[in-house]
Amino acid sequence: MNDVLDVTLRLLIVFVVFLTFPLIVGQTEHKVMAHMQGRLGPMYAGGFHGWAQLVADGVKFAQKEDVVPADADRRIFQLAPAVALLPYLLVLLAVPVGPGEGAVGQVVDAGVFFVLAVMGVGVLGSLMAGWSSANKFSLLGGLRTAAQLLAYELPMLLTAASVAMAAGTVSLVGILDAFEWWWLPWQIVGAVVFFVAGLAELQRPPFDMPVADSEIIFGAYTEYTGLRFALFLLAEYAGIVVLCGLTTVLFLGGWHGPWGADGLGWVWTLLKAAVLAFVVIWLRVTYPRLREDQLQKLSWTLLVPLSLAQIALTGVVKVVIQ
Amino acid sequence: MTLAAASHGFLSPTGVEIAFLLVGLVTFGAAVLTVTTRQLVHAALWLVVALGGLAVEYLLLTAEFIAWVQVLIYVGAVVVLLLFGLMLTRAPVGRSPDADSGNRWAALTVAAASAAALVWVVVDAFRATWIDLDGPAAGSTAVTGASLFQNWVLPFEALSVLLLAALVGAIVLSRRAKAERTAGPPAAGPPAAHGADKGGVR
Repeated sequence: MNDVLDVTLRLLIVFVVFLTFPLIVGQTEHKVMAHMQGRLGPMYAGGFHGWAQLVADGVKFAQKEDVVPADADRRIFQLAPAVALLPYLLVLLAVPVGPGEGAVGQVVDAGVFFVLAVMGVGVLGSLMAGWSSANKFSLLGGLRTAAQLLAYELPMLLTAASVAMAAGTVSLVGILDAFEWWWLPWQIVGAVVFFVAGLAELQRPPFDMPVADSEIIFGAYTEYTGLRFALFLLAEYAGIVVLCGLTTVLFLGGWHGPWGADGLGWVWTLLKAAVLAFVVIWLRVTYPRLREDQLQKLSWTLLVPLSLAQIALTGVVKVVIQ
Repeated sequence: MTLAAASHGFLSPTGVEIAFLLVGLVTFGAAVLTVTTRQLVHAALWLVVALGGLAVEYLLLTAEFIAWVQVLIYVGAVVVLLLFGLMLTRAPVGRSPDADSGNRWAALTVAAASAAALVWVVVDAFRATWIDLDGPAAGSTAVTGASLFQNWVLPFEALSVLLLAALVGAIVLSRRAKAERTAGPPAAGPPAAHGADKGGVR
């Protein structure tokens, strides 16, 4: 009975995190963008600092009619948002927030592979949406999504492999247990590559070519309205939470901190992830969108060689210190 | 053989075995739908279900590492590449009446033959083998890695050479096509090659 209670509690906590954290990131994005770009809109609703803007957005999405285009492939069109969103829930299960086995939803032996594999599945949702809408802008968005995934999955995997080599394990919990502070300078190139590739996989600016609104309306999501559209947006923010959490765990030492790792480990994890999430928003506000060919070039001619160099460096250092 | 059957009983399934069978049925159904559906993109999506079902089967056989790699490579990369190719060329919503092949009987024969060979080999190799679920994990990353790089390192290296050859071949082929195109319009050359490039963009 105790086991059942334990599992239920873990699942419940992960589910609550999955429901709240993306919204917190979304609200933060509203406010940070409003300040950085001098936007007045998001600062108005509800009075103080526009606190009710997110609530208003939610009400707006819930009120809109759920439309399926006449020529669309109905079932796949309706299934796509779920396929885009649910993988991130599964990934959150495996991300450890504190030391010990009590602070992770489920210890997965091959954690690194699990999270990267499941994150890749989420992109299928965008592809399904792009194809099933029967709209040429959606199709173009789907194409760009696929091309982007194929280009950026590789550097992400390679840099994650570099950390796994350093730690001698592919378990996320094991990687954190093996972490030392000097890994930070050692793996810094890998960290940057992983983060940038992750941004591209989430289609966040400056890598938002698949949804470039000035060219192809909103890419794969053009035909979506109401709650289904909101689910795609939620998937994007859940993706930010997952990416920041993973970068924290793999490269920034997760629950390790200058002090208080025993009691305050989870605070360190959340703090690092929050700073990364702020950087994600900051990049969106400041950088212009990359063109499609620049996007591909960045991955194949810069990120892939850098991640290979990182793996070589990791291997050399690993052999030398043994 | 008889020992294993005696100690574990025959036809007295545990929960894991029932789950294995049910997932196997789903996988089989999805695989059949993949080759019989008349809608191209649906075929690719049913393939996702079949490959995902296989990953679950690996999980139930305690081969966790293999299961995640299956999802990562096949669902995350191969199917995405397939969908990319479909969208780039022709992927109408609805049925494609011409999505049938005259080779269906040959394909069926080959599929049945390879299935029979695989079933025979697997049954012959693992007939009396049982996985002890309570013991140390038999398919964890450490165990898989050790057996791969101790017992099976030669096939592993041979595969890597094969993949490298395929990669080099792909680069050579793409470069040759490019060189032919930049050499100027061929007098008697088929214009189909150019048309095929542009036809992809709708």
